[in-house]
Amino acid sequence: MSTRIKAKHQRLVLVVIALVALVGAGLLAAWALRSQASYFFVPSEMREAPPSVGQAVRLGGMVEQGSIKTLPDGVTISFVVGDGKARMPVQYAGILPDLFVEGSGVVAEGRLNANGVFVADNLLAKHDENYVPRELEHMTAAQADAAVAETR
Amino acid sequence: MIAEFGLAALWLAAALAGLQLVMGVSALRNGDGPLAILVRPVAVMQGVLTVVSFAALVALFIRTDLSVKLVVANSHSAKPFIYKLAGTWGNHEGSMLLWVTVMAGMGALIALLERRLPERTMLATLATQAFVGLGFYAFLLLSSNPFERLPEPAVDGMGLNPLLQDIGLAFHPPTLYLGYVGLSLAFSFAVGALLTGQVGPTFAKVMRPWVLGAWIFLTIGIAAGSYWAYYELGWGGWWFWDPVENASLMPWLAATALLHSASVLAARDALRAWTVMLGVVAFSMSMVGTFLVRSGILTSVHAFAVDPERGSFILALLAIYIGGALVLFALRASSIAEGERFSVTSREGALVFNNVMLSALLGIVLLGTLYPLVTEAFGVKVSVGPPYFNPVGAIFALPMLVVMAIGPLLRWRRDRLQRVRSPLIAVGLLLVLVLVGLLVWRPFGLLPLLGLGLSIALMVASLLPLRGRRLRHLPLAVWGMVVAHFGIGLALFGMAADSSLTVEKLAAAQTGDVVAVGPWTVKLEAVEPVAGPNWTALEARLKAQYRDGAVVTVTPQARSFWTPPQQTSESALLTRWNGQLYAVLGNETEDGRWQLRLWWKPFVTFIWYGGLLVALGGLLALLGRVATDLRRRSAVRQIAQRKNEIAKVRGA
Repeated sequence: MSTRIKAKHQRLVLVVIALVALVGAGLLAAWALRSQASYFFVPSEMREAPPSVGQAVRLGGMVEQGSIKTLPDGVTISFVVGDGKARMPVQYAGILPDLFVEGSGVVAEGRLNANGVFVADNLLAKHDENYVPRELEHMTAAQADAAVAETR
Repeated sequence: MIAEFGLAALWLAAALAGLQLVMGVSALRNGDGPLAILVRPVAVMQGVLTVVSFAALVALFIRTDLSVKLVVANSHSAKPFIYKLAGTWGNHEGSMLLWVTVMAGMGALIALLERRLPERTMLATLATQAFVGLGFYAFLLLSSNPFERLPEPAVDGMGLNPLLQDIGLAFHPPTLYLGYVGLSLAFSFAVGALLTGQVGPTFAKVMRPWVLGAWIFLTIGIAAGSYWAYYELGWGGWWFWDPVENASLMPWLAATALLHSASVLAARDALRAWTVMLGVVAFSMSMVGTFLVRSGILTSVHAFAVDPERGSFILALLAIYIGGALVLFALRASSIAEGERFSVTSREGALVFNNVMLSALLGIVLLGTLYPLVTEAFGVKVSVGPPYFNPVGAIFALPMLVVMAIGPLLRWRRDRLQRVRSPLIAVGLLLVLVLVGLLVWRPFGLLPLLGLGLSIALMVASLLPLRGRRLRHLPLAVWGMVVAHFGIGLALFGMAADSSLTVEKLAAAQTGDVVAVGPWTVKLEAVEPVAGPNWTALEARLKAQYRDGAVVTVTPQARSFWTPPQQTSESALLTRWNGQLYAVLGNETEDGRWQLRLWWKPFVTFIWYGGLLVALGGLLALLGRVATDLRRRSAVRQIAQRKNEIAKVRGA
């Protein structure tokens, strides 16, 4: 910046830079947030409009009764996540989080593979009896309905 | 009796806050009336009473008084002493009482210690502090009374959430609160200065050490919280962009910006309106965080109260305080005279740039945190996570770090880049070298690569202000800046190293099996049951060896608590200077093998060492300011004394 520019103009330059940066941040954030709408899926949404293979997303739902299986390698777990309308097979290699049980809510972070299996890097289960992942609050009711329908 | 005593002290403190507000306002309107001299003592009394009330609650928890509802709900007679103590603030009511105690305590401290501010501004500040405090007293006394008794004493308590039964977490909330609520002083000083129109270097100098103090606690609190999540949740991650984490990051970003703009205001009398605005924003972010965490609008380990009434109460307080301050700002901003001018290429210019970038980051985090709440109002469930925060945040963080490396080398008011050309070129060259070297060495992702290069350049550059100075005579404040900036570089290095160099091994091992992870070999010796004060556990005995080094035993556990019944996994960490071995014990497989998850995380500890250095830098700067202030006071005293002596000699 040349020192010949008057102080007033330099002040203006600062204000313009500040405005551009802040407006830029807003636009950038807005643009990035729009794509976040396709970041969280429940199984039926993932069936209808699947994310592209390899795209990092979250899948949320209920772990189906009797679906948790340990594969022969001893560390990979497969289970099925359902939302009452659709089911989604999930694979996770790792230590299961505390309180990860059948019939409870889970959010899996990971990506869909070419075989239509959701490969999770991380499982967000309940932290304790009071904590359900935010995305799953409505799911408990749906699951209760499903359970009632099954016993009829 | 203790409970009633505590409640009475709290009501009395609330009444004094009301008195403080009324007296402060009337003194402001009528000039220095007789009421004015009472405002400070009232503020001090108010602080003392809240401390008494909080001590009463602590006593109830330590005695496990089972006639008090809160104790029954959050404690248990069999719990270790330290967690009985921590149980005091490990719940909604107790933590709100802690909030009020810190708020009133801070008010009492400035009433006792702060003498430099013009008296009228001081009165306005204390009145504001009382006004904000009143809202929280009302919240506590009307909707969350911590001293409520049960009609019949319970047989025993229900225990504390086992995830919170951890020494790191026991003292995490008070640390965070000292930071969070300490920022209320920034708000009160800002509003006080707006009310009297006295925004200048004195205002900045007075506000700065208090904000610095709060900021130090906030920094330590964030670092400690991150480390807790890292080892307690067993995922090996240290930042999850959880709304609760964001709730502490946002006030930190605002307070960091405020500290920098306050130093421009103190040294150069520029950025007046901007500094006042940041003072308002910083505490507003604390309140937004509290609202997010306490409203039940999001659920998390930290969200104690799923109670819409409480949420609306805090929302109303938010609207009154933030809205009020912003209206005041809009009315008064024009009356704050324009400050000194400066050139774009100057220390001020760099600090303004840093401020803008920090504000942009704050905005990005705020938008990302609130966005899911907004879309949910329209019936769309969305979650915002790392794919949003990491890249969008990096776009603003990276240029900020570059300017952060150069800024401290620039002169105030006006400078030319040519003058700092040689260090600039050196830093740039180093950056290029690191990048090329790393690219050749192994392929990295773009962000970790930039992170590694920038962090090293930043660490080197942060030491440059020491060049050619006599180190023993360098002011502590400069040391503080150097240490804090170096800490940011170190933390960044740890983050980049962790995200690019971590090695993970997942195994199902029989006893006797050896698993290799990075440079480590880990042998599973045995899995045995062990018992603690209020839990039992399966404990794996692992023999770990780094290359040809000594064999060390690590013992990850899978714990079962019985009050309340719950499982947690206790990871085992083995720390070396160049990283950490992280081990988690999983379930037993059907064929009798044990799941083990092992990570070798090179340099991961630098993240928290860096965080502590940042806090230490703040502490050095604070000590420097306090020392300067004490020297100034003693000089003033000496001059007065000398004058007296001279007058005596002349009179005699």
